[in-house]
Amino acid sequence: MLYAILCYHDEDTVGSWTKEQDAAVMTKLAVVQDKLTKQGRLGPVARLLPTTAATTLRKDDPPLVLDGPYAETKEQLLGFYLVDCKDLDEALAVASDLGAANPGGAYEIRPVGHFNPGSAKP
Amino acid sequence: MTDAAWIDAALTSARPQAVGALLRYFRNLDTAEEAFQNACLRALKSWPQNGPPRDPAAWLIMVGRNVAIDDIRRGKKQQALPEEEAISDLDDAEEQLAERLDGSHYRDDILRLLFICCHPDLPATQQIALALRIVSGLTVKQIARAFLVSEAAMEQRITRAKARVADANVPFETPGAVERSERLTSVAAMIYLIFNEGYSASGDTAEIRAPLCEEAIRLARLLLRLFQGEPEIMGLTALLLIQHARAAARFDADGAVILLDDQDRSLWNKPLIAEGLALIDKAMRHRRSGPYQVQAAIAALHARAEKPEDTDWTQIDLLYGALEIMQPSPVVTLNRAVAVSKVRGPQAALDMIEPLAARLSNYFHFFGVRGAFLMQLGRNDEARTAFDRAIALANTSAEAAHIRMHLDRLQRDSQPRGKKAGK
Repeated sequence: MLYAILCYHDEDTVGSWTKEQDAAVMTKLAVVQDKLTKQGRLGPVARLLPTTAATTLRKDDPPLVLDGPYAETKEQLLGFYLVDCKDLDEALAVASDLGAANPGGAYEIRPVGHFNPGSAKP
Repeated sequence: MTDAAWIDAALTSARPQAVGALLRYFRNLDTAEEAFQNACLRALKSWPQNGPPRDPAAWLIMVGRNVAIDDIRRGKKQQALPEEEAISDLDDAEEQLAERLDGSHYRDDILRLLFICCHPDLPATQQIALALRIVSGLTVKQIARAFLVSEAAMEQRITRAKARVADANVPFETPGAVERSERLTSVAAMIYLIFNEGYSASGDTAEIRAPLCEEAIRLARLLLRLFQGEPEIMGLTALLLIQHARAAARFDADGAVILLDDQDRSLWNKPLIAEGLALIDKAMRHRRSGPYQVQAAIAALHARAEKPEDTDWTQIDLLYGALEIMQPSPVVTLNRAVAVSKVRGPQAALDMIEPLAARLSNYFHFFGVRGAFLMQLGRNDEARTAFDRAIALANTSAEAAHIRMHLDRLQRDSQPRGKKAGK
């Protein structure tokens, strides 16, 4: 089953990491991702730009366009992974591996209902 | 990577909010800073053992406030306590939580903290030094290094600046809309100054001063998070991001300036550019243009061009025209002339800058640009005179080196053809 691992973290804190700290986290995360890739279990991965770059469309009539993320929260959605896991335990194990590489914050693990790999080639 | 390094990052990120709130309680910058320092010391002891709190800023505010009040009560400080109503909720944990969730308070606290540093009596360099010390929490040593002065001199500069703002009577009431917008404008200008301190460095100082650019971007992002719907703050942030994205391509191995046209564009930082472009897109939707947005749009047109010849100079010319109306300045016209030279040729550009000669008679870039136009027109003797003047006015050795490159080219071109190798 495909699981979404949604990455939440305080973006002020992440933004205060030094370049070296940031690079060290990315390197460690790459190791976890490589392992999953070799196992054929890694789907799309995204690191999102800061929430200051976000825009929210409220589906009012007419639709309302607002600057900023959908929800003002202490931790923000900063990225996500899609990973193929046989059950929740396995998904939690992947999240723990990712968490060990990336201090602080939280992961939300959500089973995927419908998945369309799409055709965009960035 | 040690735990301490991560705790340090958490303390740095919580600092503006925590010091801002403590300043609101104590209405005294020194007390607020000391309270924050004490809270940080406790955090360094407590967090590795107990784990970091969910909300580091709230933790630091509470602990800092308690420690400072204990100190004052025990008579360690020769200072009157704040009015009782301001501190009577001290042990009320729920109030803490409510406070934390009150985004508008938090927003004005940080804005006030930044605004204090923009006191109009303070020269720009002192404003910047104060902001880096108080808001960013850089050490005096770090700031001194970035400004290329001794630690003692910087210490003195910051102490003097602090004394100045202490007498300034910054109002602590929640600001009204007009006042908030004025504060925002001053703070944006100060963040831009911090960035320029880093950006205008060159040669061997460029690397030392680059952290100033990063710090300015951090502050701009912070400000934008507080004022998400302000197009000029989007513009400012975008401008800084796109300018800084070119950092790795701006100097050669000897520290000499590489002009935009000659930069290796593969060295440009793509995520920073993407973030900048996203912000400009957002800002444009508001249809409330301003100088930062226009400058960001100009930077974006350069960033969007994969090759120098793809640059949309016509659009850049128009944008500089808009900027001239918003912010008339001979320097803006000079920049516009560079775009004009690409669109309508060097003669039109030269005609445009001639009227500026009197006002820019001591400005390095004026003579550099003028020399370049004259050179393109084949008026080599006049070009040489302009370049000589530019070298005399150069602020850094990198600037002088760049002009000498032009002079060398003139020298080569003026040699008789027969002497050129292979011809």
